[in-house]
Amino acid sequence: MNAVATALRQLWGLFVEDASFTLGILGSLVVAAFAFPALGLRDAWRGPALFVLLALVLLENVRRSRG
Amino acid sequence: MSWAHVGTVILAAFLASLVEFVEALTIVLAVGTTRGWRSALIGAAGGVLFLTALTLAVGPALQRIPLTALQLVVGVLLLLFGMRWLRKAILRAGGVIGLRDEAAIYAQETTRVDRVSLVTSFKAVTLEGLEVIFVVIATGARGLLVPAAVGAVLAGSLVILAGVGLRRPLARVPENTLKFAVGALLSGFGVFWVGEGLRYPWPGEDLALLGLVGGFTAIALLAVAAVRRSAGPALVVRPGIHP
Repeated sequence: MNAVATALRQLWGLFVEDASFTLGILGSLVVAAFAFPALGLRDAWRGPALFVLLALVLLENVRRSRG
Repeated sequence: MSWAHVGTVILAAFLASLVEFVEALTIVLAVGTTRGWRSALIGAAGGVLFLTALTLAVGPALQRIPLTALQLVVGVLLLLFGMRWLRKAILRAGGVIGLRDEAAIYAQETTRVDRVSLVTSFKAVTLEGLEVIFVVIATGARGLLVPAAVGAVLAGSLVILAGVGLRRPLARVPENTLKFAVGALLSGFGVFWVGEGLRYPWPGEDLALLGLVGGFTAIALLAVAAVRRSAGPALVVRPGIHP
């Protein structure tokens, strides 16, 4: 049981260091997948718009982390 | 069948495969240099073995694999890895968290199998390798599979030779600088593959990757400059004492 818990913890650690940062990234992906088409954003702008969203998530997290 | 036709197929398969091989090599070199060659090469070899077994087992039916779904999953995972590394490299470069004792940690990391390195190399080689197989099947249609495969093998050999040549110079770059670059690279690849998985057309197609990696690098450099203005001098942390 302990081995399973340790393996799960290690797996979690591969992806998540700061939960709010990971949620920000996943939230951006959900917005890109569902909100961009719903808002009628042109196909060619969707990829660059996703990049901008992720860059904002990164900058906001770094600003918060420097405390 | 004329030699000009066969030559065109070889060249088309060579050039199209070259792009995919370079993308796979970039990731294997990046994780190998930062987290140890052993795991990166085991992951890459695992990807090659997996693809070989898959090709032998199902052959042309491979074309039915939903590549976009695979790109989406790999893209999300690479984004989570890459942006996590980039964030940490920014905070280290800015002095918010301590710089690690690179020589000691590098020695520690290269002597054991590292799961992140292994999985990342495996995924990159598998995904790009699948694309190479699709290229060979597409360019080698109408009975020209062998010339198309020759073109792909030539491209693969050239890229492997380039990788061997680049390995040594990369090892001289400081660890946090490399992690910074690898974070930007993996984040760029991650966004690109997520976009491909969602069927968003990238301006410039594969060339958009350069823009994405450059964009993440520029954003991260800006973040480091901003953090340095508000943080104290960098700390050095010994292995096992990570803040």
